[in-house]
Amino acid sequence: MKQNDIKRLSLYLLFAPFALWITLLIVLPHLGMLYISLREKVAPRVYEFGFANYINFFNEPIYWNTLLRTGSMSLLVTVLALLLGFPIAYYIAKIAGHRTRGALFLMCLIPLWVSDLIRAFGWILLLRETGVISSGLQWAGLINAPIEFLYNDATVIVGLVYTVILFMIVPLVSTLDGMDDSMIEAGYNLGGNGPTVLRRIIIPYAMPGIVSGCIVVFMLTAGSYLTPILLGGKNSSWFTEQIYDQFITRYNWESGAAFGFVLLAFTSLVIWIGLKLSGQTLNSTVARS
Amino acid sequence: MAIKPNTAFLTAYQFYILAFFVFLAAPLVAAGMFAFNDSLFPSLPWRGFTLDWFFNDTEPKLGMFHDRRLLRGLYYSFVIASFVSLLSVFVGTCNAFLFVRCNFPAKDFFYIMMVLPLVIPGVILGISILLLASNVANSAESAFSLDLRFLRPGIILVVLGQFSFITTITSLVIIARLKKFDESMEEAAYNLGASRVRVLRTITLPFLFPAMAAAGIVAFLVSFENFNTTLFLVGSEAPLTITMYDRMVKVGSTPVLNAVSFFLMVGSAALALVSVLVQRDKPQT
Repeated sequence: MKQNDIKRLSLYLLFAPFALWITLLIVLPHLGMLYISLREKVAPRVYEFGFANYINFFNEPIYWNTLLRTGSMSLLVTVLALLLGFPIAYYIAKIAGHRTRGALFLMCLIPLWVSDLIRAFGWILLLRETGVISSGLQWAGLINAPIEFLYNDATVIVGLVYTVILFMIVPLVSTLDGMDDSMIEAGYNLGGNGPTVLRRIIIPYAMPGIVSGCIVVFMLTAGSYLTPILLGGKNSSWFTEQIYDQFITRYNWESGAAFGFVLLAFTSLVIWIGLKLSGQTLNSTVARS
Repeated sequence: MAIKPNTAFLTAYQFYILAFFVFLAAPLVAAGMFAFNDSLFPSLPWRGFTLDWFFNDTEPKLGMFHDRRLLRGLYYSFVIASFVSLLSVFVGTCNAFLFVRCNFPAKDFFYIMMVLPLVIPGVILGISILLLASNVANSAESAFSLDLRFLRPGIILVVLGQFSFITTITSLVIIARLKKFDESMEEAAYNLGASRVRVLRTITLPFLFPAMAAAGIVAFLVSFENFNTTLFLVGSEAPLTITMYDRMVKVGSTPVLNAVSFFLMVGSAALALVSVLVQRDKPQT
């Protein structure tokens, strides 16, 4: 066999698993979902093509309110995760000594390997009426009746920030790690003070990491299911809960599929806007880390 | 040190770091700690140390190692995670060679396609695969009266669903390693007359092995803890996270769930440590 034929053959052999994976498990299922979301049930087992499922979504305020609520809370979680995570990442990448650095980074990763379910369970044990914090405060005499910390928006946000902050810290550490310390020193030598150096040098340099962290965090938050349900209870009204409801409780697959697409379109739109605003591309951010 | 802040600022900064790690640890400590409390409820007050929630064999304090449903969940999780891990490392390695070594049209586009599954919400992945599988199964049944059992919710669908996004993770890990490979090593071997297969087996794959092992462990852990995608694809063979969730919703929180949590945390910490150790580069000589 000629060298070229071997090259071609190995390309085909390597491309086959990739093509099977992406086509069968990603592209076809989503096309199928699109198809199902576009059919209307006119009678049992009789369907017509149409946009009724999407029109239903926009006609029912409770649906799009839930979506907007999910979107805005996810944005808030993303911003909080960035604000809280940036100092941590900066400390790990630039300030901590060589030894502490690895240890701190590993400690950051530990919760990543613990299931969402266990993390939410831990928060429930801490925050519920008979939980550790409530009984601790009573024991200390600061309050005289048990307090329920669960089932409100603040708790959901804390729980979500907790769940996703690692996905912010990891890309930030890896970009800040690649930054030369002399750039920061040069900034100081040229007379910049702390905030100026941060704003003019560090943040622009860390931008790919920031954007990549924000994208992953936003997607994970908007698509999360367990944390809002367990920490927010019945009133959390998270959009994924609506999807689950349509599918499993009402057995209305057509409208569930439409809801799924709405979520996908909405999150993609937000990320597209984010990429345009920050002047980055998907390739320069998520794919890199 | 990069920035030379004053001492008060640095102290406050370090205090913040400390507070952050307390925040990170708090729920995990709470979830683990109550596994050892000798009480029927996972809450304070502390009633003394016990291992009953692991080993006791009678109700009401049935320990996790005697709880058949939890054990079955653990077993199914283990089976699913092993399959997902093997499959995704295999496809991930192929993808690494494909994207690092081969040139083909629209490579950037396909690369984005490869990364995409990571940013699709897990719930959507789950339902889209469920819909496709059910539709195919339904059509096969009505058209050819074929009963395609494997397309109904069950272990195979769960494996496929998790595999669909975990492969992105394994591919990225292995690609990163393959990019660091010095191709002159392969050329040297070719010049010495080695065949392609031999070079692959004795040079390239040993170099990639740490990344493949680490990717496999990561895939195993992510599969083990996955909930969102699994929820829609699960049949009667529920993996551990689904069993635990069921228990939590139907029975309420009991310390046996803390025992399971503790067990899982120790297990994943150990595996994560192994994955860090195998990936560490040996000192260059």
